[in-house]
Amino acid sequence: MPPLNITKTVAAVSLLLSHSASSAEFEFSGNIGIEDRYFFESGLHTEQLEHSQASLSIEPELYWSWNKGRDNLTFKPYYRIDAEDSERTHADIRELSYIHAADDWEVRAGIRKVFWGVTEFQHLADVINQTDGVENLDGEDKLGQQMLNLSLVKDWGIVDLYVLPGFRERTFSGRESRLRGALLVDEDKISYESGAGDQHVDLAVRWSHSLSNYDIGTYWFHGTNRDPILTSFQEGDNLVLRQYYEQMDQFGLDVQATLGDWLWKFESVYRDSSTEDFWATQAGFEYTYVGIFDSAADLGILVEYSWDSRGEGDVNSTGSSYQNDLFLGSRIAFNDIQSSEVLMGFGTDLDHNAYSFLVEANRRFGDNFKASLDIRFFQSSTPSDQMYSLKNDDYMQLSLEWYF
Amino acid sequence: MLHQKRAKTGLAIIVLTLLSHASFAIPVQEQKALDPIAEEKGLNISREVDQRDMGWTDSTADMLMLLRNEQGHESVREIKIKSLEQDRDGDKSLTIFNQPRDIKGTAFLSYSHVGKADDQWLYLPALKRVKRISSKNKSGPFMGSEFSFEDFSSFEVEKYTYKYVGSDASNGIDSFMVEQYPIDENSGYTKRVVWVDKQDYLIQKIDYYDRKNSLLKTLSYRNYQQYLNKYWRADSMHMVNHQSGKSTELKWKNYQFQTGLKDSDFNRNSLKRTR
Repeated sequence: MPPLNITKTVAAVSLLLSHSASSAEFEFSGNIGIEDRYFFESGLHTEQLEHSQASLSIEPELYWSWNKGRDNLTFKPYYRIDAEDSERTHADIRELSYIHAADDWEVRAGIRKVFWGVTEFQHLADVINQTDGVENLDGEDKLGQQMLNLSLVKDWGIVDLYVLPGFRERTFSGRESRLRGALLVDEDKISYESGAGDQHVDLAVRWSHSLSNYDIGTYWFHGTNRDPILTSFQEGDNLVLRQYYEQMDQFGLDVQATLGDWLWKFESVYRDSSTEDFWATQAGFEYTYVGIFDSAADLGILVEYSWDSRGEGDVNSTGSSYQNDLFLGSRIAFNDIQSSEVLMGFGTDLDHNAYSFLVEANRRFGDNFKASLDIRFFQSSTPSDQMYSLKNDDYMQLSLEWYF
Repeated sequence: MLHQKRAKTGLAIIVLTLLSHASFAIPVQEQKALDPIAEEKGLNISREVDQRDMGWTDSTADMLMLLRNEQGHESVREIKIKSLEQDRDGDKSLTIFNQPRDIKGTAFLSYSHVGKADDQWLYLPALKRVKRISSKNKSGPFMGSEFSFEDFSSFEVEKYTYKYVGSDASNGIDSFMVEQYPIDENSGYTKRVVWVDKQDYLIQKIDYYDRKNSLLKTLSYRNYQQYLNKYWRADSMHMVNHQSGKSTELKWKNYQFQTGLKDSDFNRNSLKRTR
């Protein structure tokens, strides 16, 4: 989003507030984080950063509520500055949103983030927000999405209607960055199937409900595909990838069965666009041992499987990178004062020799600091595999966040 | 071959049945061995405690949770709790965290039930994700404190069996002593011993016995205040873990009753919105 828009929005917000400030409750919070990634090996490409990548991020949140909390306004800008990758240095409005809640309906307007789904290793059903690809590999960081959302609470579930005016392009790492493909993605020459380009108005409707031990959600989405088709072009001396965003219709379903210590999880989508239509599924379970070894700690075991009807990529199609993949994970929550937690995960492609391994550990220090250690290893011996370009990018990341 | 398999399955069923009986055996026998009058009296006292606190409809309160370790080092959690009384079922509650700051905005929605597992959802604000969570974990610590999840769940008469064990005035308040045996096999306790004062039927103290039947924790209620001329709430609740030396104190503020909360304040939408 251009800086001009931010200034305008802030002006609009402060104007709005000066009217309601008298009875409003105001909260200011947020976090500032510093992190350093250390890559154990040199990159596959000479222009990539050597070993260390330091970065700082800030995410304040301003929150006003009035009318006993039935009306509220949230403003959450975000900024990251990266010492090595100019594309990772970026700003975003994660949230600038107004909510009015009545007894059985709620309207939410502005820039927001919406999460749909139940699984842990891949978020297939989650479709509303664009991925902020420069943040992390896991795709869990999202760009704010403009929307008007009416939520209706019925005895038979919650119905959410969305009008999504305008589209955000995915962010991609720059030349100096690690954890990227062999070719750089052109951030300027972007094309769309729709004549409206990035101004296409997308629509979505979702029904979700809790029926005894089952939590079910299903939706239909019509609009711009958040996943671009990347095609290589010769630009001067360089071969680059250009982004093309199609229109799509997507049907999605997510179900979780909570049966004692077992959580059974299932997500499936059917996507239809001009170039392809396919089914994909992510399914598995999470089992928790409460109080392992007579301690307060819990151990969770996670198993998930991904399937995609497109299969592996070949000369005719790019295929899917999660077409026949198995994920195993364990989560230890120590349940101590510092909320210490360790998550370990292992993912492997059952069709060829590729795997990834991750460790995420974090704990609180004092009342306002949180430290995290992330380790990721990648292995692939098949040059056509998407993970092949990451095979030299094993890294360890240490981060410290201050919450205020 | 087939017969052999059958026989083995049969054996497995017997072993399983024995095991599941064994887990109930201790409290049931302890009760049955004694006189039914003590059971009846224990039940009646506990029912009276419950009855006298009925009709509050809904409540909101702010809670400060002070966690202290053996060295006296203190850590603070700031929590808001909204509750809605249900006539024929367990209560609904919404718990919102304000401190520590890294989990600010995290919220927990619970529909407690009698005779079946509670329904619980957790909202994670950073991901905007609502997660249905397993309520089977009753014995685990709540937010690293000396309170477990079950210590926070609403009291329902049907959740225990009872035995009256006598009177005690050692803490200066003339009280009944009632032993309560949890029916739920996922409870972290074999029993609770509850001190109920004879005048107002307010819980003054609870001793918790772990699965090995040794004294684990003691909860003391202090400074009861009366609201709407009827409902008593303690300003301070102090839990001491005798085995670890750690303790947790709850300080309650801003108690309000009959504020007009409805079912619609306790659904997945309000879970995401409420602060």
